[in-house]
Amino acid sequence: MLDIQNLKVVFGTGRLRVEAVKNVGFTVKQGEAYGLVGESGSGKSTVLRAVCGLAPITGGRVLVDGKEVTTPRSKDFYRTVQMVFQDPYASLHPRHTVDRTLSEPLAIHGEKDAEARILQALKEVGLGPSFRFRYPHQLSGGQRQRIAIARALILRPKVLLLDEPTSALDASVQAEILNLLDDLRRRMGLTYILVSHDLAVVAHLCERLLVMRHGEAVEETAADALRSGKAMSEYTQSLIQASQGFTRNPSQPTYAKVG
Amino acid sequence: MMKPLLEVEDLRVRFHLRTGIVEAVRGVSFQLGRERLGIVGESGSGKSQTGRAILGLTPPPGEVTAKRLAFDGIDLLTASRRTLRTLRGGRVSMVMQDPKYSLNPVMTIGEQIIEAYQAHAKASRAEARDKALAMLEAVKMRDPGRVFSLYPHEVSGGMGQRAMIAMMLVTDPDLLIADEPTSALDVTVSMEVLRILDELVAERGMGLIFISHDLKLVSSFCDRVLVMYAGRVVEELEARNLREAKHPYTQGLMRCLPTLADDIRPLPTLNRDPSWAL
Repeated sequence: MLDIQNLKVVFGTGRLRVEAVKNVGFTVKQGEAYGLVGESGSGKSTVLRAVCGLAPITGGRVLVDGKEVTTPRSKDFYRTVQMVFQDPYASLHPRHTVDRTLSEPLAIHGEKDAEARILQALKEVGLGPSFRFRYPHQLSGGQRQRIAIARALILRPKVLLLDEPTSALDASVQAEILNLLDDLRRRMGLTYILVSHDLAVVAHLCERLLVMRHGEAVEETAADALRSGKAMSEYTQSLIQASQGFTRNPSQPTYAKVG
Repeated sequence: MMKPLLEVEDLRVRFHLRTGIVEAVRGVSFQLGRERLGIVGESGSGKSQTGRAILGLTPPPGEVTAKRLAFDGIDLLTASRRTLRTLRGGRVSMVMQDPKYSLNPVMTIGEQIIEAYQAHAKASRAEARDKALAMLEAVKMRDPGRVFSLYPHEVSGGMGQRAMIAMMLVTDPDLLIADEPTSALDVTVSMEVLRILDELVAERGMGLIFISHDLKLVSSFCDRVLVMYAGRVVEELEARNLREAKHPYTQGLMRCLPTLADDIRPLPTLNRDPSWAL
């Protein structure tokens, strides 16, 4: 479904030249969920942005459905690939109602029957028709992210690019959104690429994942291998350990308890 | 048992808004000795407002009332502004969430630490400078001399947060309030920052209030945890007994996180019982 070969992304020139992504490649099959993990600055979001045309492709190729993408991306591309951004507070237009946000992609692509499609999209993400004429500030964080997902799904894309879709949300809301994404993928046969710094979230949603660091791929591994702790580079191990919570080094002086 | 460092009884924070009165904190009580106390809750639970109210940093039009709010026997509600000023930053200090917004962008890091020190201690500039450099070393900056003369935008998030900790600890406070000190940082960096914070707190025998949304992190870092929901403390537990949490909210919070250890789907979600907020 998605084939990325030796992708390279460079920003700036001369002294300001930054190689954000260096020769990263992976393939994602139809209906699969693929994760990109790493710290900030590892280039994981840049890969996603390069795929959908928000960052330049300096070298390498990006193939969607066997065809190389064109720059600028065609309308057809956006019918196939859509993106959900990290911060639902920033990614929805504050002065557009939910109805207007959802009808815009339909208008751009000349789709008919907008009203039915909007109601359908709201239903798919678990919101009722009463949300249709609300503004983003009248919604909670979780509801906003549901609207962002509905906006991405309204054109019936095959691939969804998810850039930290739950990191701005509370833990209990994160669980709801993850369940929704899991469910939508199964129902609609979607292909996901998920970017996250949270290994547990990636392992929950994806079958395979790529660990990135400083713009390079560290290792590709499966979620099952991650869970069982098999075949992993030192860097991945350190990420796993960090995600387990704070540990006190036993060699340190013990804490004197008073009071 | 020693006299507690901080006594909070029936703390309430109200905001009088056009749309009515919003009570962000509704009757929070706790006592703190020289220990590490965690306050956990989701957004809007009032955890940050609790921390701010202790320091008198509630933004207007907020109104703080309490039966008792005392630090080391000093009543913080009736204390003069002058007394509060000497306490704040001196004996009680606060580490904020994001170093990008909490450091002064037009002052070097060294200057800021010197300023913090000289505001509370009678010291010559040379002494203050030495102290600042020693503090930067204490937070494990690789090259304290260089970091001293850098501006906040020239350092990474982890370094900025360590500089912030250095600034807050330079006056040797008795109580440190850390409001989401690592939420803006990467996991690996945040562990490093926490380790430094942990060492310094242990070394100096300070009291620490650690405010965070991350239950797992707080319970691994603190001795005692208060769980807040809708402006109230719904449960107080020893951090190591977290697994025996009784309140359905605490249990729900723990269960809804995906883990590497097991694969549960769909993830259990939290059914908010309106009675929790009563």
